[in-house]
Amino acid sequence: MSETVKHDPNLAPVETPLHRFVSDFSDSAIAMIALAVLLVIVFIALFAPFISPTNPYDLAKVSIFDGKLPPGSVSMDGVTFWLGTDGAGRDLLSSMFYGLRISLGVGVMSGVIALCVGTTIGLTAAYYGGRVDTLIMRIVDIQLSFPAILVALILIAALGKGVDKVIIALVLVQWAYYARTVRGSALVERNKEYIEAATCLGLDNKRILFRHLLPNCLPPLIVVGTVQTAHAISLEATLSFLGVGLPITEPSLGLLIANGFEYMMSGRYWISFFPGIALLITIVSINLVGDQLRDVLNPRLQK
Amino acid sequence: MSVFIIRRLLQSIAVVAVMSLIVFVGVNVVGDPVDMLINPEADQAEIARVIRDLGLDRPLHEQYLYFVKNALQGDLGKSFTFGESALKLIVERAPATFELALSALLMAIVFGVPLGVIAGMRPDAWSSKTIMAGSILGFSLPTFWVGLMMIMLFAVVLGWLPSTGRGDTVEVFGLHFSFFTLDGWSHLLLPALNLALLKISLVIRLARAGTREAMQQDYVKFARAKGLSESRIVFVHVMKNIMIPVVTVLGLEFGSLIAFSVVTETVFAWPGMGKLLIDSLHNLDRPVIVAYLMIIVLVFVVINLIVDIFYSLLDPRVRLKDAGQ
Repeated sequence: MSETVKHDPNLAPVETPLHRFVSDFSDSAIAMIALAVLLVIVFIALFAPFISPTNPYDLAKVSIFDGKLPPGSVSMDGVTFWLGTDGAGRDLLSSMFYGLRISLGVGVMSGVIALCVGTTIGLTAAYYGGRVDTLIMRIVDIQLSFPAILVALILIAALGKGVDKVIIALVLVQWAYYARTVRGSALVERNKEYIEAATCLGLDNKRILFRHLLPNCLPPLIVVGTVQTAHAISLEATLSFLGVGLPITEPSLGLLIANGFEYMMSGRYWISFFPGIALLITIVSINLVGDQLRDVLNPRLQK
Repeated sequence: MSVFIIRRLLQSIAVVAVMSLIVFVGVNVVGDPVDMLINPEADQAEIARVIRDLGLDRPLHEQYLYFVKNALQGDLGKSFTFGESALKLIVERAPATFELALSALLMAIVFGVPLGVIAGMRPDAWSSKTIMAGSILGFSLPTFWVGLMMIMLFAVVLGWLPSTGRGDTVEVFGLHFSFFTLDGWSHLLLPALNLALLKISLVIRLARAGTREAMQQDYVKFARAKGLSESRIVFVHVMKNIMIPVVTVLGLEFGSLIAFSVVTETVFAWPGMGKLLIDSLHNLDRPVIVAYLMIIVLVFVVINLIVDIFYSLLDPRVRLKDAGQ
């Protein structure tokens, strides 16, 4: 119905929630720059095989004679290595594009799984309350009293190495943050009238939980989601650097930095330096976008 | 009150028990130490003898019960690679880690509090904005990478400080400390700063928030009215009040410093417990992994228990809420 009604140009323009959200978000120049950088990073990660200058893992193309070249060197085949090469003669820029793909992939995937698991558990705790709530929140409290790196190391020691193991470990580290956030906002929402109305209509629990309660708990979840994804990427890089994370067949940024470690003492800084910069830019831009999201989505700060 | 303490104590014991089960079962299912430890040229009889010696032929639940029984007597098994008691190996390396963590904690206060106070006094000045930007960066920078860059800059390019190891130590009460030698200090400086970076950022935020709040308070206005100098107001009146949350939070963070020292110790080849853990993970030295994780879990559980009890003493609402559930 509303589509057919023409909007009177003399009235104030209609402001949809999405519209307001976009205009609030674009208020901060820093956040917009961070968002743009983040989009470029995601683009690179998605299309790494198409945009990298060389394929660093094609053994036929990589020559050991090109090893350890400083940034800007030209290979024997006439390819310019803008950021230099690593010990095995791989182009560092290309390795970083592929590494970004792996780092971002592992971080986002573990974040999404943790979001689903944590949200379901947190909603359950808030909705049922009582003993269920006490038990779940006690587990959350206990887990959060240990630092993330320690929990991750315990899980890695227990699970072993491998991409799937690292993702499981990252999910188990993160779920508690989501569960606590969702429970907090769900407890507030639960007592509102629309939930009462839905209950009176005789809707079943599952429908009330996921169709009515969950959408209203989303804003804080989005904020926690961005911060946690940045944490997950950083934690994966740390674990991989320590040699207990991803296997060498999945060279994430953390592994690239670790590879450069042995060459650093001889002054070949670039092998560790540039992947670290890429990691730093990724984490900072996610955090800056997350900060702005928090300000925009927080109703208390609304103008 | 005693009911509260007993409940928390039982809960802590449960946490330790569950952790020991997860760690033990997990660690013992992963990998086969026989492949790594036995000489490839050993014959069948030799392999069987070693497996029997290490107790690897028994079923897992028996190994676990045996482990718990010994653990309660302070015996966490023998290291596969060193052939020594795992507990002894860890205790030997503990002073190095504690020294590192303590230095990092002191650095967090020495650098973090003044910077935070400056940022809190004039929140809109460019100096404050620079400090806060630095603190955001401190939160985002991956610790291990900063460590590498510190080695690159100070050890390789400038050559001012040594890059790895612990340097000269002095023996005090049978334990080795680098606090007392110049060489020890020069080795300690970079790793401690690296470990402290995250906490400096944290302290800056706490001190800034505390200062901003304190400057609005009546006692500061009164001190001004009394004609006290600005420096006296800041160093005596404001400082006293912001140190309470800073010290509380840092006390809680000490455990996390010990956990994070795993990363810093690996970067700087600092011979502490964390490096031992990573080496043991690479060698699949199961008794040492299990022993380290059990000790660190125990340390955390004890810290949390003490904090909980203190909070409940200071704030009765905590234990009333707990009893109400």
